[in-house]
Amino acid sequence: MALRPSTTESPLVRRILISTALLVLSLFLLLPLTAVFAEALRRGWEVFLASLHDEVALSAIHLTLMAAAISVPLNTLFGVSAAWLITKYRFKGRAFLLSLIDLPFAVSPVIAGLVWVMIFGSKGWLPPTAMAEALAPAARLIASLAEYDGFGWLLADLAAWLADPKIVFAFPGIVIATVFVTFPFVARELIPLMESQGSDQEEAAVTLGARGWQIFLRVTLPNIKWGLFYGVLLCNARAMGEFGAVSVVSGHIRGETNTLPLHIEVLYNEYQFSAAFACATLLAFLAIVTLGMKSLVEHLSGHQSSGHK
Amino acid sequence: MSISIKSINKTFGNYAALENISLEVPNGSLTALLGPSGSGKTTLLRIVAGLEFSDPGEGRILFHGEDVSETPAGKRGVGFVFQHYALFRHMTIAENIAFGLSVLPRSLRPAKAEIHARISELLKLVKLEGLDKRRPHELSGGQRQRVALARALAIQPKVLLLDEPFGALDAQVRKSLRRWLRVFHDEIGLTTLFVTHDQEEALELADQVVVMRNARIEQVGKPQEIYDHPRSPFVYEFLGNVNKLSASNGSHRYIRPHEIEIAFAAEYNPETDRLAKIDHLFSAGPVATLSVRLDDGQFLEVEISRKQLDELALDPGDEVSIRIMDSSKSGV
Amino acid sequence: MAKRRVIPGFGLSMGFSITYLSLIILIPLAALFIKAAGLGWAEWWNLLTTPRVIAATKLTFGASAAAASVSMVMGLLVTWVLVRYDFPGRRLLDAMVDLPFALPTAVAGITLTQIYAPNGWIGQYISQCASWIQTNYQPGGWLGGQVEDLAAKGAAYSPIGVFIALTFIGFPFVVRTLQPVMEDLGAEIEEAAATLGANRWIVFRRVILPLLVPALITGFTLAFARAIGEYGSVIFISGNLPMKTEILPLLIVAQLEQFKYEAAAVIASAMLLVSFALLFLINLLQRRLDWQHR
Repeated sequence: MALRPSTTESPLVRRILISTALLVLSLFLLLPLTAVFAEALRRGWEVFLASLHDEVALSAIHLTLMAAAISVPLNTLFGVSAAWLITKYRFKGRAFLLSLIDLPFAVSPVIAGLVWVMIFGSKGWLPPTAMAEALAPAARLIASLAEYDGFGWLLADLAAWLADPKIVFAFPGIVIATVFVTFPFVARELIPLMESQGSDQEEAAVTLGARGWQIFLRVTLPNIKWGLFYGVLLCNARAMGEFGAVSVVSGHIRGETNTLPLHIEVLYNEYQFSAAFACATLLAFLAIVTLGMKSLVEHLSGHQSSGHK
Repeated sequence: MSISIKSINKTFGNYAALENISLEVPNGSLTALLGPSGSGKTTLLRIVAGLEFSDPGEGRILFHGEDVSETPAGKRGVGFVFQHYALFRHMTIAENIAFGLSVLPRSLRPAKAEIHARISELLKLVKLEGLDKRRPHELSGGQRQRVALARALAIQPKVLLLDEPFGALDAQVRKSLRRWLRVFHDEIGLTTLFVTHDQEEALELADQVVVMRNARIEQVGKPQEIYDHPRSPFVYEFLGNVNKLSASNGSHRYIRPHEIEIAFAAEYNPETDRLAKIDHLFSAGPVATLSVRLDDGQFLEVEISRKQLDELALDPGDEVSIRIMDSSKSGV
Repeated sequence: MAKRRVIPGFGLSMGFSITYLSLIILIPLAALFIKAAGLGWAEWWNLLTTPRVIAATKLTFGASAAAASVSMVMGLLVTWVLVRYDFPGRRLLDAMVDLPFALPTAVAGITLTQIYAPNGWIGQYISQCASWIQTNYQPGGWLGGQVEDLAAKGAAYSPIGVFIALTFIGFPFVVRTLQPVMEDLGAEIEEAAATLGANRWIVFRRVILPLLVPALITGFTLAFARAIGEYGSVIFISGNLPMKTEILPLLIVAQLEQFKYEAAAVIASAMLLVSFALLFLINLLQRRLDWQHR
């Protein structure tokens, strides 16, 4: 009989537990992932490619990318700033601030959309009519500026929006709803990391005469770059995949205010399953890339989240 | 109950942790496994406990002649005290101590009242009466250590094994607990094997000291024996402060700081003495330490009593004559 | 006098963080509460206790609790295997656990529906199984209704579908909360138990499991809190029948689509209160966990 250390189970028990876990995970996680691709290709490559080349689908992709391109940098900026504040200083209300940062995690995405409707909707605090009135002088000014050359096209767009300043059921609403739901991701990733690294190195930099930005760029940033990268990655994945909040504020105008997840919903509800799943493969692919990057980042930063040492 | 360790080998991957180790631990003795980290002492202790197994082959562990090599840890009847105590933090002190009894099969398990009595007895033995309802995090390091000891003793072990028993304690507590353990051992007379990297601890506490290095046993003997007759330069250096003096022919000589006599330069006798110059002088405490430079540039550390230092009234920079005492075991 | 701080940037980071937080999170949430509070207590309570809201509340909380419980058991098993054993594919599996975090909820929603629908990969077997039970045992009452549902619709378009989607969503929370705690348990404590004569099962039950309980509760609460607000992955599989398979977030959307802003605000404000309470609880639990970690 082989001698077995007293802190492991017998090989039989071990095998049973591993198999059960594998079975559960494959039925529960792997199967859905496979199903996305299987359903997308059920009616062949041509249907698959056609669904992605569809004009409405392309506009949804465009909108999704735009929304992420605005909300991710904003939340990255906030995340770094908040993490710096929370980990480098001790002040009154610090613990409370920490809970506030977590708040959007606890809020249903539907409510994250609803709050904006309550403010900018037609029955809200700042309905489009009131906004149009307030912004009218600005609209006129920009419109007159737009008649000159140069950035005319940009200014004309801005003037048009200022004349009819819609937030809810328009692109700005999609952006602010996305910002709300992806708000904590970067901060949440950075705070524990920076907390564990302490402030010794920054203090050393201060004694050596470094100034604020120099400290951040040359001492802090190199130490947190992988955590920051992963936080941005997660934030981006959620921004591109957000459904509930965006669904509430978008108004579902096809080709105009439908992001990719909303487009998938529309297709699915119209029983265009293959097209819906074809679009879903893009988001599933994004998820796989995000997970792959996570493993890579853990590997590169030498921080293993699991396993034997 | 004696412990016999016979030809134990242990490898982890390519790394040899123990190479052909054989050792006798006499019944009722207090034996120290002494060595630097990585010498294999903890691995050996864990193999005796059954927490690790030797490589397949000749290796055997015998308790009083009975082969226990294949017996799992839980059935070997060893009391093991872990370096960081490994107390169950969700249990009270009483529950911790009772654990070993409460997991016995029902037929062997003592009655509740008996377990209770045993706990009180053990708490008294380790001088922790009245702490039974506390939890581990409410105790000091020294108290936790004694709870771990009581827990190990509760199963009435045949041998007691301690892994760096004082390693996690601060200097003050360590010293008092060390003396207490010596007295405690003499009272209960249980064969005890403990691991330490602190030579002072091993020399003061143990009946028998086993010096280990690089997976092998370097020397076994009584503390005095090992201190006075180290069998290798390693043991010499490991057992406390020592000067290594190189001769012109390339050989070395080991001299302990207190084995050097010091006198005024005027008393220099070229036959037996050497001239030296005082480099540094540390005189806080009962023993003064002098760092002197010999005429050939080598440094020596010398310990003399405070009283002698005062009599000589030495200062850094003074010339002195030094003599290495005969009792010094030159060697190697 | 202001406290002197060694590291520069306090004013800037404080100013920016607070302003941004207020604009994006605090003012909008306040707007919602003010809207709901404008109705007055009686009206608020009235709108909250309509039969449709009550039915949705029961479903949402019931399915969330059931899903979080199952996640807890599955999470314990999976974490144990991931932390304790080495086997080919372990790292891949570890990465896979986060899939429900990373997969957009709409994708999860349509996929789960497709799998558990009566002709889906898993749904067809559930349906067949239920039909077989129906013909052979003819169960009556509540159970009979459930079996009939399963036979007709697979596991989709029913409360069971809601439960499946919420389990999918909540499962990673349990694993990721348990994992660091289990990794930190250390071999010493188990070895101590083993030298005292405890067998593997006793060690698990009396030493390991009690030490995991705080993490299990935290994981459960996180999964539960997330499940209550979940929308995207549920609405496809649930079937969305008012009074039967309608969850609270969907009910909010339904009210909004009928321009019943007040009713939507009332449900949302009540849900927020519950979320805040849960967040508070999670904070307490986490603090305890950190403390125990030391």
